[in-house]
Amino acid sequence: MCLAIPGKVVEIESNKDHAIVDYGEGTKRKANICLVDVKIGDYVLVHAGFAIEVLNKKEAKETIALFREMLSFEEVK
Amino acid sequence: MFSLSDKKLGQDIVSKIKKEKIKAKFMHVCGTHQDTIVKHGLDSLLKKCDISISQGPGCPVCVTTPLEIEKMLLLTRNGAIVTSFGDMINVPGEYKSLGDMKAEGYDVRTVYGIEDAVKIAYENPSKDVVFMGVGFETTAPATAATIISNPPKNFSIFCCHRTMPYALKAILDIGELKLDGLIEPGHVSTIIGIKPYEFISKDYGIPQVIAGFEPIDILMGCWMLIKQIKQGKAFVENEYKRVVHQEGNIKAQKILNEVFEPCDMKWRGFPIIAKSGLKIKKKFECFDASVKFEDNLKDLENKELLEPEGCLCGELLRGLVSPFDCPLFGQACKPETPVGPCMVSAEGSCNIEYRYSEK
Repeated sequence: MCLAIPGKVVEIESNKDHAIVDYGEGTKRKANICLVDVKIGDYVLVHAGFAIEVLNKKEAKETIALFREMLSFEEVK
Repeated sequence: MFSLSDKKLGQDIVSKIKKEKIKAKFMHVCGTHQDTIVKHGLDSLLKKCDISISQGPGCPVCVTTPLEIEKMLLLTRNGAIVTSFGDMINVPGEYKSLGDMKAEGYDVRTVYGIEDAVKIAYENPSKDVVFMGVGFETTAPATAATIISNPPKNFSIFCCHRTMPYALKAILDIGELKLDGLIEPGHVSTIIGIKPYEFISKDYGIPQVIAGFEPIDILMGCWMLIKQIKQGKAFVENEYKRVVHQEGNIKAQKILNEVFEPCDMKWRGFPIIAKSGLKIKKKFECFDASVKFEDNLKDLENKELLEPEGCLCGELLRGLVSPFDCPLFGQACKPETPVGPCMVSAEGSCNIEYRYSEK
């Protein structure tokens, strides 16, 4: 139920309420963007037709490195 | 797209957890977490580290009560077009589901989201169109946003939205099981942020980690909980920083507060849980199906409804049993002939176990 799918905003409609989101492999669908502030090129998480958050691209790319760092340096005392 | 796939990292996290030799019982409250855990065999992997992990009341379709379903069946019988998500339509009330009604010729429609239901209302101006709004904080903002967008007057919402923090409190207050840590749902947290969980760690001394949905996220979440236990700490940590902000989605929170107010609500398997539901505010009551159809629905209000005989969904939602403890699992209760909601919903523990087991 709380499943949300990431996709890239490729077009914002003139009414600013909806955007076309590209989920990859040719799948594009309209999503309501009234809950987020987005611009073309942003990655959003879409749940039941509504974008609920903008993904932090930098944080996403660094996640694995960050986890590795946490594992190697944070010895439990 | 942003998948976290790193086998070596997964193995490293597991050996770190194993090394600590801490026996612990964790609960999460999200069907998508459960799907990741069972699909990737994380439950058996963690069992080898002395960690058990179970799904609590984290499936909105599963915690919706038979009474709520019966109310929708009644409105269908009275000629309304009832719309909801696919899983919800297939959960039986006392005897039948909305899907059964559809098979009998009544107008029940599956929608992907609330905007599809509004479209149906525009296309059928002479009919009442009711959207059965289920879902936690992840889904409720879409309902709120639709209400303030001024949908057509023949459209209304039967609000079954529930919120997570006070359900967690209820689990702990009932005290049937001793929990050592909670893994909090990533997408509920996307909306509400970190603060609404803080009282749980403070009042009950339980560590909490908000986690994402990749196997690495779950394992990392467990490791972060183990670390808190070892250090004698209890606070809310955020493992899913690539999505969840400390303060949540403020824009969504504002819309939620504008449209809804907290209310006491019954959850399947639980007594009434204080402040765990969302009620449409009076200002928007023209879109509230429970007000609009009050006269039709009042006969059902005090009706005693029976839970399906032998079904352990209630105990399962309180984290007391696993699907394998239920005598109906895989026998009388299968996805094609479900007895309880946890076998219907793709987010329910029984459905997930059944799907990934080698039957």
